[in-house]
Amino acid sequence: MPFIPHTEEDIAEMLASIGAKSIEDLFDEIPDELVSGELTGVPSGLSELEITRLMMERANQDGFYQNYIGAGAYEHHIPAAVWQITTRGEFYSSYTPYQAEASQGTLQLLYEYQSMMASLTGMDVSNASMYDGATALAEAALMAVRSHKTSRRILIPKTVHPVYRQVVRAIVSNQKIEVVELPFNTQTGQLDPASLAQFANDEFAALVIPQPNFFGVLEQVDVLTDWAHSKNALAIGVVNPTALALLTPPGEWGSKGADIAVGEGQPLGIPLSSGGPYFGFMACKNELVRQMPGRIIGRTTDLDGKEGFVLTLQAREQHIRRSKATSNICTNQGLMVTAATIYMSLTGPEGLRRIAAQSHANTLDLVEQLEKAGGVKRTFSGPTFHETALTLPKPAADVLAKLKQKGILGGFDLHAHYPELGNALLVCATETKTAADLQNYASALKQALG
Amino acid sequence: MLIFEHSRKGRRNYTQSPATPASKSAIPQNLLRKSKVLLPEVSEMDTVRHYTRLSQKNFSIDTEFYPLGSCTMKYNPRACNSLAMLPQFISRHPLAPEDTGQGFLACMYELQEILKSVTGMAGVSLTPMAGAQGELIGVMMIRAYHESRGDFARTEIIVPDAAHGTNPATAVMCGFKVVEIATDKDGNVDLDALKAAVGPQTAGLMLTNPSTLGVFEKNVAEMSRVVHAAGGLLYYDGANLNAVLGKVKPGDMGFDVIHINLHKTFSTPHGGGGPGSAPVGVAERLLPFMPIPIVAKEGDTYRWVTEKDKPQSIGRLSAHMGNAGVLLRAYIYVRLLGVQGMHRISEFATLNANYLMAELRKAGFEIAYPNRRASHEFIVTMKDIKDKTGVTAMNLAKRLLDKGYHAPTTYFPLLVPECLLIEPAETESKETLDAFVVSMKEILSEIESQPDMVKGAPHTMPVRKLDDVKAARELDLAWKPSA
Repeated sequence: MPFIPHTEEDIAEMLASIGAKSIEDLFDEIPDELVSGELTGVPSGLSELEITRLMMERANQDGFYQNYIGAGAYEHHIPAAVWQITTRGEFYSSYTPYQAEASQGTLQLLYEYQSMMASLTGMDVSNASMYDGATALAEAALMAVRSHKTSRRILIPKTVHPVYRQVVRAIVSNQKIEVVELPFNTQTGQLDPASLAQFANDEFAALVIPQPNFFGVLEQVDVLTDWAHSKNALAIGVVNPTALALLTPPGEWGSKGADIAVGEGQPLGIPLSSGGPYFGFMACKNELVRQMPGRIIGRTTDLDGKEGFVLTLQAREQHIRRSKATSNICTNQGLMVTAATIYMSLTGPEGLRRIAAQSHANTLDLVEQLEKAGGVKRTFSGPTFHETALTLPKPAADVLAKLKQKGILGGFDLHAHYPELGNALLVCATETKTAADLQNYASALKQALG
Repeated sequence: MLIFEHSRKGRRNYTQSPATPASKSAIPQNLLRKSKVLLPEVSEMDTVRHYTRLSQKNFSIDTEFYPLGSCTMKYNPRACNSLAMLPQFISRHPLAPEDTGQGFLACMYELQEILKSVTGMAGVSLTPMAGAQGELIGVMMIRAYHESRGDFARTEIIVPDAAHGTNPATAVMCGFKVVEIATDKDGNVDLDALKAAVGPQTAGLMLTNPSTLGVFEKNVAEMSRVVHAAGGLLYYDGANLNAVLGKVKPGDMGFDVIHINLHKTFSTPHGGGGPGSAPVGVAERLLPFMPIPIVAKEGDTYRWVTEKDKPQSIGRLSAHMGNAGVLLRAYIYVRLLGVQGMHRISEFATLNANYLMAELRKAGFEIAYPNRRASHEFIVTMKDIKDKTGVTAMNLAKRLLDKGYHAPTTYFPLLVPECLLIEPAETESKETLDAFVVSMKEILSEIESQPDMVKGAPHTMPVRKLDDVKAARELDLAWKPSA
């Protein structure tokens, strides 16, 4: 029996101890009319050899492509040690660390993770993760409304990832929170600080500031943060963790720094994997820590005064506070955070900075070469990090289909989310691409447009 | 020792980042970072050694028995991990075109179909990334359903007092008022209390069955009639599906919407606190409101169902499609078990629980619901022992750590005093259960002979009892270099 160790003898002895005649007897409290009988729609079991063949076939069917899509999920080199250590059984098959004394490995690792993320974002504290970047932003919005007390309105620029905006709306609308979307400057690709003048007399709980934004463009974060604070609202930064090795972190934006920083943690050692599991990160200033959702680990001491780690501030959480919790989140993305912590330890500050800088430089090179393909130009004038929008002379969907035939996934077609941009394509080249790769893409694009 | 304390200025892993600094930059000076990033500067070997050593300070299913009630800590087959991490799967970008992911999408589609059939629901969406998110999505669908009928008066969600904390927290997060109802002396929901609670204000009832008290809710069919007659919908929290898989389908019990914790019943790893995955299933009338994306099959081709196909959908609740890699692991697990294996899950989980309950009762422990069959879990109450000796459920739990067992769930559900919620899971052998009973007996006699030693447990862990009060009062949530 797959994964069930019982022998016939075991079963007989166990039933005798219970005083039951058969296993079936153990279900005698289930009313007869509810019993379902044989399951249908489930195939017969496979051996490990057979399932291996099946999964290899399916994996081979999907194959490999040269990928230039970013749009919220980024291909980076993942050191071999990351997943070899992460999938050790002691991390992989352990539970949420409620029993602190038997979970010091996970708890210390999470404390180290919180320390790394607090520094990377320039904030005071980080929690132990959210589901993904989109839900982290939604939770940040709820957190801002809880701490603001009078306004139930959030301003989100359209330069924020379109699906993040959908997720935020889906989650916060349950609590009658209004989401106001702000237009962007179609020349620069940035949220235009001048456009905020229309809110001069309005109250709102928070302004969301992406850096870089969905178009890869860098926003004027200092001005925007100060403006939010001048309106007595919180500034929420949505940031790319790789970029933070190069860019001013949210905690240092404007004169006081942003109040909450969230984002998608996937670039830190998590494979693309068709979209998950990833993890969301969330960091904030000290004064907001009791409004923060999710697990938080603290350092303390044991009976002998020895250093140790525990889940702390649990009075915010659902298993203690039930209907009065800051969020319903329980299980988060612990194993992904394990991988990210090992990744950041392996890259170190200089490694992460080089990865960020090389991704930026490769994207500059790629854009320069693609612009020579004929009729291709940058969509926006604003400076970019490792992603750039290009306006093509033909519909992006047609061009992408031709590139795919050459094994290239050429980028993300912006048309569905931003029809006003015409034939715009968002391209990304991380440190994984070589000069030859970029040339290969450029010549394929030239043919596709020809 | 923290990883930061291994750090030495200028130490670096040359193979893990570009060999030379980038030759160009177009980032304006005013946007560049000036402060240092406090990541450790350590060698690859330092990192590997440090995190390997940390892992050894954990209990895990791979190393210890984990009778943790309501968490279904079963063995996580290794093949599920290695096959979900085939390079083609893990390198696939979530926004890559559908025709570059037909192998992956086939697995997702088949998983949807299997989950539909074992739960008796009309549709399944795989997007929720944890049980609590499944609950949120489920309750959002209940709201969307009522509102689509112009019924805006349904402002309450009913939750039994034995429910997981996520149930009331979810209802509130979804903008509902929570009405708690009591449990009767046999562990069933108090039917009279339910009848008194329902009305035109009732949006729905959230129920876990078997309940967190480890018993099957006998009146579930009647409860379903009561809630439906009042115009409310029924939500099934699938936390305990492991107990009844292949025996009863939530759809047949009258539930309109359910979530299934794949990290419990379908053996995906708990990972030290996630990632989870909790697909939601719905009855016919909630199909239009399901979260997207969902996988559809047309001829031999798989594609994503999006907002275009489902204009009434509650929308997207994750940036992509949920925890794809977890879903792959669950798919592989289901295919390894097959239809017979699906039936055996609940059979052997229930056999193990009832055996362990019988043996612990014989050993002198008090069972909270002695006249009921255990589901896949059961409750021991330490109330009498505490009254006589001062030794608490928590003390016993910590002493179990010394004996090499993870502690059962303690102090949950809240309505049984000094409780231990024990769930052995079907993958444990009789010898393991017998050895656990021996250790429990030893602790019973230790409670008699040396109660203070038991109160001071654990004694053999990497740390002794930790100061939670200090942790919350003198918050230390991030390492800072000493000045």
